[in-house]
Order: sequence, then C-alpha cells, then structure tokens
Amino acid sequence: METRGTRAGLTVWTVVVVAFLWLPLVVIGLYAFNRSQIQSWPIRGWTFHWFSVAWHDEQARAALWLSVRVGLLATGVALVLGTMAAFAVHRFRFFGRESVSLLFLLPIALPGIITGMALNSAFSFAGVQLTIWTVVIGHATFCVVVVYNNVVARLRRTSPSLIEASMDLGADGWQTFRYVTWPLISTALVAGGLLAFALSFDEVVVTTFTAGGATLPIFILNNLRQGQQLPIVNVIAFVVILLTVIPVWVSQRLTSDGDSPAVTRAAAAAAQSAQLR
Amino acid sequence: MAIDVAREAGPLREARLRVSAAFWRRPRLKLLALLVPPVAAFVGVYATSLGALLASSFWTSDAFTAQIVHSWSLGQFRTIFSFHDPTYLRIAARTVEIAAAVTVTDALLAFPLAYYMARIATRRQRSLLFVLVLLPLWSSYLVRIYSWTTILSKTGPLNWIVNGLGLPDTHLAYTNWAMWIVFSYVWLPFMVLPIYTAIERVPGSFLEASADLGARGGRTFRSVLLPLVFPGVVAGSIFTFSLTLGDYITPALVGGSSSTLIGSIVAEQSASNLAFAAAFATVPIAVMAVYLAIARRLGAFEAL
Repeated sequence: METRGTRAGLTVWTVVVVAFLWLPLVVIGLYAFNRSQIQSWPIRGWTFHWFSVAWHDEQARAALWLSVRVGLLATGVALVLGTMAAFAVHRFRFFGRESVSLLFLLPIALPGIITGMALNSAFSFAGVQLTIWTVVIGHATFCVVVVYNNVVARLRRTSPSLIEASMDLGADGWQTFRYVTWPLISTALVAGGLLAFALSFDEVVVTTFTAGGATLPIFILNNLRQGQQLPIVNVIAFVVILLTVIPVWVSQRLTSDGDSPAVTRAAAAAAQSAQLR
Repeated sequence: MAIDVAREAGPLREARLRVSAAFWRRPRLKLLALLVPPVAAFVGVYATSLGALLASSFWTSDAFTAQIVHSWSLGQFRTIFSFHDPTYLRIAARTVEIAAAVTVTDALLAFPLAYYMARIATRRQRSLLFVLVLLPLWSSYLVRIYSWTTILSKTGPLNWIVNGLGLPDTHLAYTNWAMWIVFSYVWLPFMVLPIYTAIERVPGSFLEASADLGARGGRTFRSVLLPLVFPGVVAGSIFTFSLTLGDYITPALVGGSSSTLIGSIVAEQSASNLAFAAAFATVPIAVMAVYLAIARRLGAFEAL
C-alpha cells in the first residue's frame, strides 16, 4: 500500500524515535563508568570505582534497603486488597459496582502531588508520625489498581464454568481455589505484583509527602537538587534502570505470549499508573 | 493431572465443606467478605484525606503557624483568579500551553512510529519495538529527567555534537525549551500505545479500497486513516496532557527561572499554606475534567 519512499521514511523515523527514547538511558549508563568527577562529554577515562563507592555509601545503602522494604510491603498490601476487590467486582453484580473501579483508579488518575498532600495533611491531623508505614500506605493506594486490573483482566478471560465444574465434581471452596482458581490467576498475580513493586520502587512524589526516611528515589532527588555526589547518583541511576527493567520484562513474559493485545493491556496498566508520578 | 478431591477426607474437609456451603447459600455474605476490606481501607484512608484536602481549599491558613483556620471563604480562589495580580493566572496559562505543546509534539513523534509498528513491522520486529518503547517508560522517571540535564548541559553530549558540526553552543539547559523536550520525552510512550492500538484496528481493506478508488497515499491518510485513528490520538493526549499539568519534578530539575508551573507552586506552598496549595491544585483537576468531557465526545474512551 505504502510507496517505497513512504516505507523508507517511516523506517528512518521509527529508528530515530526509538533512539531518542533510549539515548538518555545509554548516556547515564556510560556516565556511570566515567572516571572523572566532572560530567563532561566526551568521557575521557573509564572506571568501576564509583560502583564500589556507591556500594559502601551508608546513606545509599539505607535508602536502597528502605525502598526494597517499602516496595515489598506495599506490593503485599496491594496483592491482598486488589485481588479481593477483583473477585468481588468480577463475580457479583451490586449497587455501586462501577464506582469501585473508579475509586481504585483515583490515586493514579489524579496527580501524585494531590494524593501526597492529602495523605500528608491527614497524617499530621491524626498525629501520625511519618514512618515506613506511612509510605507503605501512600504507595499501596496506587499499587492496588495495578493488581486489581491484572486480576480482573485474567478473570474475564477464564470461564466461570470451570469453577462450577469443580464444585459439581465434589470439591469444596478451598479445593476449588487451590486446584482451579489459583493456577488460573497465579501468573496474573505475579505480573501485577512485579509491576506494583516497580512502581513503588520508582515513586517520588507521594513518597516526598509521606516518607519518614529517604527511599532511593528521594536519595537521588536530594543529591540532584544539591548537585552532590553525582558519580554515585550515576551508578545508582544505572542500577535502578536495570532493577526496574527486569521485573517489567518478566511480567511482560508472564502476561503475554507475544501477541499484541496482551502487551497493550500491560501498557494500559502502565499508562494509568504513570499518572501518579 | 488428576485430583481426587474426595480423598482428602476428614474433619477438616467436613468443616471446609460446611463453610463453602454457607457461602454458597449466602452469596451476599461472600461479596461483603471480599469487598468490605479493600473498599473500607480505601475510603477510610484515601477518600477521606482527599475530601478533607478539597474542603481545606475553602479554608484559610494562618500566616504564622501554617495551621488551617476553619472559616469558609473563597479567598484562595480570589487570589488565584485575580486580574489585578495575574501571577497565578499566568502560571496556569503557561502550564496549559506547555501541556498542549508537549501533546502535539508527542502526537507527531508517535504517529509514524505507531504506524510502522502496526502495519509494516514483522511479528518479531513488532515485539521488539514494544519492548523498546515500553522499557524506558518503566525505567526510573527521575533518572530519565536527570539524564537530560547532563545531555543538555554546557559541557554535555549535545553541545559536543553541535560544536563538532561547527555550530555554536546551544543554551537549552534550564529553560522552558528544556522543559518541553523533557516532558515530550518522558510521556512519549503513553502516546505511542493508544495510537498503535487504533491503527491496528483499522482493517487493511479500508486502505486498499481507498487506493483502488484512486486515492494516493496522502489522500488515504487524510480521508480514511486519520479520522479512524484520531480517537486514539485523543486517548494518548489524555495522558500527555494530564501528566504535564500535575508535574513539578521536571520544572524543578530542568526548568529555569521562568519555568514555574502549577505543580511547582502547589509543592512549594503545601507546607506553608496548605489551603492555597489545595485550591491551586483544583485548577488542573478542573482542566482535566473539561478535557475528559471533550475526549469522551471524540470517542477517546473506546480507543483506550
């Protein structure tokens, strides 16, 4: 359909735009190995030195550890609440059913700063000190929807007659869950959990308002604002890119067999979730 | 795998069967057990705080203690919509302008890429392109912004290339131009995906029919492809537009002295003058409500 010229033009355009998308990631990756303290281009010498400096930096370690704990806890909360809500909405028809989806969507449909301010003022009004638990609550608000969406999508694709058949064959509720429902939804849970973790691990705005300590993104932001320790920031940035990319890649493999609608769905979840940033 | 469910006999199974039966007879009970914990947690913590925040935009903050004073007034909104001192109106206008510029830029960048992915790429290439477009979206947002500050800096790669071509230094760092580039960059994947989905849904036979009827590429694009794909573009624009409206990290890290956006003011005032911050935060919400209403009429929600 397209003329040869159009095709060539489109190909060039695609390559250029993809290069544009990856350029900043590559630049940070290269700067992580920069021998000089000063960031100037071209890079004149290479070193692994900053990796060991970053690894031995107490603040960076504390931030990484806090981020991991927050991510795991928020993901745990999201898995429980999101799955329960998904089953309720999928299995039943009830008054206000549509509003439930909307309610879960709100934290990512509104700018993160609004969620952050709202929680922050509620915590200070209630006299709650900002600790790791306040960040977990903050992160869980937007992680729930990721799990919820993944599980609802999976339940829609499974046939309810499987459950009925299991019951007809004499299985009780627990057995049906263990042998029928669980195998059907487990990969959706892993995928949703990984995405939720990646979101939490990377979140800046809500964290700023709810965190008692510095998570990794807050550590990066503080150093960027003061222009300090940029070589360490480069290394951490590079590692963070790798750490967030891996779970997303795995969750892609779990939810899609390479066909485009599944990938698009993962992307749609991503799209909604980015609202919070 | 054969599972003999009845073989797991015993008192435990009896009890489980009784519980299952009880829930089976009273499905409403099961619904409540599933629904109440998540909804109660959400309403109790999130919705309540949000409601309180919106209410506080009609209150005032004490200038000395920064405590909220519970006296109802429209004072915060009067400050924002004041024509005597249009500071905040200007900031709001600048935010909307940047958001619009970013949206148009992303649409122009994304459309040919999405078309290539949907119509020209082989299956393998398409999966690869998906990964290439999606992964930057998930890698740290902060890191991607930070990277641009190094790229655009005086001694960064951009000026090195420009100088190599014999041109003078660019001075993009810490300007509104930098903000435009970075916003367009970070939200670009959100525009690619809905457009891709929309193009993929257009049957190839439509384009063939148009060609058979004598239309050249340009005409087919204008009269067939674009009208069918436009809802997808609008769907993508919801993300690019709203994400820009609420952001304050990008202006803080790559913007200059005249790059203050709504989000910057809200973040800056949230500690000292919560009532005002809350009031100003309603502006992007209102703008998005209008935008979503328009998008809905243009059919963007079916394209999501």
